[in-house]
Amino acid sequence: MRLLIERPGLFTTVQDLGRRGYQMYGVPVAGAMDGTALRLGNILLGNERDSLSLESSAPEPAGLEITVLGPSIRVMEGAGCFVVTGAKAGVTKNCVPLPCWTVHRLDAGDVVVFHAPSDSGSRSYFCVSGGIDAPVVMGSRATYTRGRFGGHEGRALKAGDVLVTGAPGALWAECEGFSCPLRLRPLRDPDAPLRVIPGPQDDLFTEDGLAAFYSSEYVITNSADRMGFRLEGAVITHRESADIISDAICLGSVQVPGHGQPIVMLADRQTTGGYAKIATVCAVDAENLAQRLPGGRVRFEKITVGAAVDLLRSNESLLEEARRLRATWRSRPSSSAGREKLDVRVNEEEGC
Amino acid sequence: MNASSKEVPRILCAGESCVVVEFGDSIGFEINARVRALRKKIESRPFKGFIGTVPTYRSLAVCFDPLRSISANQLERLLSDISADLVTEDGTDEELLIIPTCYEGALAPDLERVAAHAGLSAGEVARRHAARDYYCYMLGFVPGYPYLGGMDTSLETPRLKEPRERIPAGSVAIGGKQTGIYPIDSPGGWNLIGTTPLRVFDPDRTPPIFLNAGMWARFVPVGRAEFDRLTREVAKPDWKPDIRKKERVSGEEPSHESDREAASR
Repeated sequence: MRLLIERPGLFTTVQDLGRRGYQMYGVPVAGAMDGTALRLGNILLGNERDSLSLESSAPEPAGLEITVLGPSIRVMEGAGCFVVTGAKAGVTKNCVPLPCWTVHRLDAGDVVVFHAPSDSGSRSYFCVSGGIDAPVVMGSRATYTRGRFGGHEGRALKAGDVLVTGAPGALWAECEGFSCPLRLRPLRDPDAPLRVIPGPQDDLFTEDGLAAFYSSEYVITNSADRMGFRLEGAVITHRESADIISDAICLGSVQVPGHGQPIVMLADRQTTGGYAKIATVCAVDAENLAQRLPGGRVRFEKITVGAAVDLLRSNESLLEEARRLRATWRSRPSSSAGREKLDVRVNEEEGC
Repeated sequence: MNASSKEVPRILCAGESCVVVEFGDSIGFEINARVRALRKKIESRPFKGFIGTVPTYRSLAVCFDPLRSISANQLERLLSDISADLVTEDGTDEELLIIPTCYEGALAPDLERVAAHAGLSAGEVARRHAARDYYCYMLGFVPGYPYLGGMDTSLETPRLKEPRERIPAGSVAIGGKQTGIYPIDSPGGWNLIGTTPLRVFDPDRTPPIFLNAGMWARFVPVGRAEFDRLTREVAKPDWKPDIRKKERVSGEEPSHESDREAASR
């Protein structure tokens, strides 16, 4: 398919799971902030990694990461399917409201419009059969806007951009109507504490600093983007200095600069930094945080590495179950579509 | 070869998919040589689930997929065993990247400022800057940015009060006690003393960098005409940078505490 971006939305970028293994060159990972939502989208569509390339190291098919306000997309030519995952968004196709998490067909001339911003999260994923094709840069199609590379010309989408989708799997049309069961959709409870693994520099903080971090509530400030979320709350005090000799920053690293307010590093984080890191948010909960909005609240809860790996494993088994359901599912007319109550606030000015 | 058996390295946990081996809490050539040796050892014989490393001044982060690799405990044991009897190189296989640099006119907008601050002529600043080889401790901050050690202290210059919004890729700069090269267009407050035609970072190239952690860099002054010629040359697909064997002069190991300044970037 060829897709015309009629309106780009607030900040819409092409993302896959990012470029892993290039961090020794100072290259950020980037990729979807809620990678599980993107992967589920691909599973629902039957997008196998291999459908874009025969290489076993082929990247996850890319989708569009939509931030709060979504785009308007016209199918210029071709046919395929799409699904919206992640934060629940008000979506219409040719002015008809459609449920998220359900696969819908797209034909030439169709217009998909994202309406009112989601109130259940901040990032939705628009996934299509075959994935969004874009040049693979260092093993990934992920957009890294600060470095101006990856994705569509290294930037967020603009009105008038034309995107091309990759070759879909042979059975792409059979996905239509397939809906992700509620129990397999990631829970992004905005009140759930974020589970963290202590370290690597927790020994640089005072007892009081550690107690403040683990027992008080922090608020997400307006400085919350793909690079990281700055939080505000009880001051976390250091034993001496907040500065360390620069070392690696990981997904979920909680840096605490001299002012004592934590910053949680996310997808577009730089690879190294010079602030002491009190803990690391586990991978599963970094995706939960990525769905929260400024003003949202954050608490931290200590867990072990083993527990974090268990969380990752159960996340993986949900994906595996979705994959199994999808593989045994055959398109039935009006099967699951429309069962859900749709709450789409259609804006008249937007053409519907 | 000499076995360096100094401090016992600390193995730190940085989440469920990264372990950091920290060789100490200082910046220096010796400690970085151990980082380099560990990196080489792991990358040459990667364990199951290994994704990549992030070498820094005094530590090596080892990233892996916890669902496909050995357990965290096994990995920690493995890393601590490897790190304990690490053999650092004797320096005979080190590489040196030649970085042609034009220290003139519009390509060196802050050269006079640095010269005035140092009480030297512009030409002398360029001469001193190009007179030493710099050791690349690590890459970071932005893609391909080299943390270089070993600048002549007479060239130290404070950063600009008003940072520029856009510094072109290839700019050679001095900020405080550090010197570096802007690998991509980015905002910044360092003093621009020259420009290299080399594309030190190119996302479409494999690997995307020329100057890797553990290599040396030598700035070689070129005139404007040569700069323009090289700019055309480096754009050709079969162009290769000048990378030589580094002949280390005794006492050349950079060891300056001032690199800490870079840590807060």
